[in-house]
Amino acid sequence: MTDYYSMIKNNSRGRKLKSRVMLFLCVFAAMLAILPLVYIFFYTTIQGASSLNLEFFTELPKPVGETGGGMANAIAGTAILVGLGSIFGIPVGILAGIYVTEYSKNMFANIIKFVTDVLSGIPSIIIGIFAYGLIVIPMQRFSAYAGGFALGLLMIPTITRITEEMLKLVPHNLREAALALGIPRWKTTIRIVLRTASGGIITGILLAVARAAGETAPLLFTSFGNSFWSSSLDSPMASIPVQIFNYAISPYDEWHRKAWAGAFVLISLVFIVSLIVRLATRNKYSQSA
Amino acid sequence: MPDIEAKERKIIKSTRKLSDILFENATFLFALLIAAIVIYIFYEMFMDSAESREKFGFGFITSLNWDSVRGEYGAMTFIYGTVVSSVIALIIALPVSIGVAVFLTEIANSITRSAVSFLIEILAAIPSIIFGFWGIYVLAPFMRTVIQPSVQSVFGFIPIFGGSGAGFGLLTAGIILAIMITPIITAITRDVLKAIPVSQREAAYALGATKWEAIKMALLNAKSGILGATVLGLGRAVGETMAVTMVIGNKAQIKESLFEPAYSMASVIANEFAEASGTLHISALIEVGLILFGVTFIINSFARLLIYSFTKKAQTR
Repeated sequence: MTDYYSMIKNNSRGRKLKSRVMLFLCVFAAMLAILPLVYIFFYTTIQGASSLNLEFFTELPKPVGETGGGMANAIAGTAILVGLGSIFGIPVGILAGIYVTEYSKNMFANIIKFVTDVLSGIPSIIIGIFAYGLIVIPMQRFSAYAGGFALGLLMIPTITRITEEMLKLVPHNLREAALALGIPRWKTTIRIVLRTASGGIITGILLAVARAAGETAPLLFTSFGNSFWSSSLDSPMASIPVQIFNYAISPYDEWHRKAWAGAFVLISLVFIVSLIVRLATRNKYSQSA
Repeated sequence: MPDIEAKERKIIKSTRKLSDILFENATFLFALLIAAIVIYIFYEMFMDSAESREKFGFGFITSLNWDSVRGEYGAMTFIYGTVVSSVIALIIALPVSIGVAVFLTEIANSITRSAVSFLIEILAAIPSIIFGFWGIYVLAPFMRTVIQPSVQSVFGFIPIFGGSGAGFGLLTAGIILAIMITPIITAITRDVLKAIPVSQREAAYALGATKWEAIKMALLNAKSGILGATVLGLGRAVGETMAVTMVIGNKAQIKESLFEPAYSMASVIANEFAEASGTLHISALIEVGLILFGVTFIINSFARLLIYSFTKKAQTR
């Protein structure tokens, strides 16, 4: 007599074991994915924090061989470039997002959504080439304008996306209530809908700004870089990421230390912004999930 | 009296209409601007690469030459470096990302889930320059002193593991890229898995399936969405610039070994554009950019369409 019972039992033991192993591998994958983050984070902190001092934020870069000096011009440059980018990127991103959610009765809104997704996938170096052709060549020199424009372009998809998502979360009753009171649609959109969603949109903007602050590739041949205080927006301007790049590939230890300090500043910015975004959106996500 | 009311209503209506039309068209214009920019990027790069396109024709894609002294340019070595490093990245990142996504949706409790997804979000936000910097001083030496000798002692007879790299090469670039694209593949796979109805898994359990068997079924049902996530990750890997530039070795050559240095499309633009020697050089670099743009455009469109159609299907199910 065939012992069906033990056959089934053995078989199920094998399946259960396989299930255990696969689930363990998934846990392992999660640990493996986080490992580089933890490594990079602590490595940058250890390397960077020790070379970080007040001078780093207040002094100009020093030539090779001289100790000291900082990245003050690059820090100011990054702030200016991101500011220029924001002036261009934030309004475009928000208004396009409003169009997609509030007036999306037609095919065109879907096309815009698709195009925004495609724009977010265009390599940042390509955006750099675009800004070069559009601004650097006609002006005949590298400039902060070109760099800021490139950063602004890179911010648009993130902001459009988050505006869409956040506007979708605004209950429809709110719009109907406002319209029932006789408030025009555009006023409803700006004063009621946008305002209700503003918290989420602001976190999205923060995220886009933090990303833009860390972008290197589009600045290499738009704002280029220099080692002095930039006096005007139509001349080359230093930025933290480009400065890190130039220092990192140099053979000098002193410059490497400066680059690590810069990397630490950038990574701290990313961490703080991510934390703010997380805390601000936590409730919304847990509700929708 | 009713006459006045009607008049009033008419006035209100007409002013409302005008401002509404203005506002709607303003938002429409900005939306249109995004589309126009994407088209214009293509147009500008197409025009600016004219000199190179006319001189080299289709031979540009297949030629191995890249010589700014003689003015001969071809993109094959860069295409090779981009493709191979991206494929390595996908081979490493895909299983890990699926594992993490399964962990997040099926295994972790809510505290672990939010902690792990937070960490992965940060990983996605770290600037690529920092990955590259870390790659130069941590990963590349590790590859040179640990990975390369140990792999070569066992598989050294296989050509792709031969050679004598210094830690900078295709494999190092692929590993850095894998780390960088894991967050995006994970995030989309997680969303896709969430879209699979719980009732399907419950049905599997009711039939006596183990937990993994139920998950496997969900994964199989989600495969077009996961494919979309994978292709999107590929698009990111292909276009990634700084991190690759810093670890791939920047040598325009095609060698059998993955440990040998190579060059990628994005890297050659990053390295040579600002110091290009003459208009033909610039034009050739822009043509490389045009190819890169075309490839990432196709990859991203394909990925997005896959993801859209999957989420639509999942919603109607």
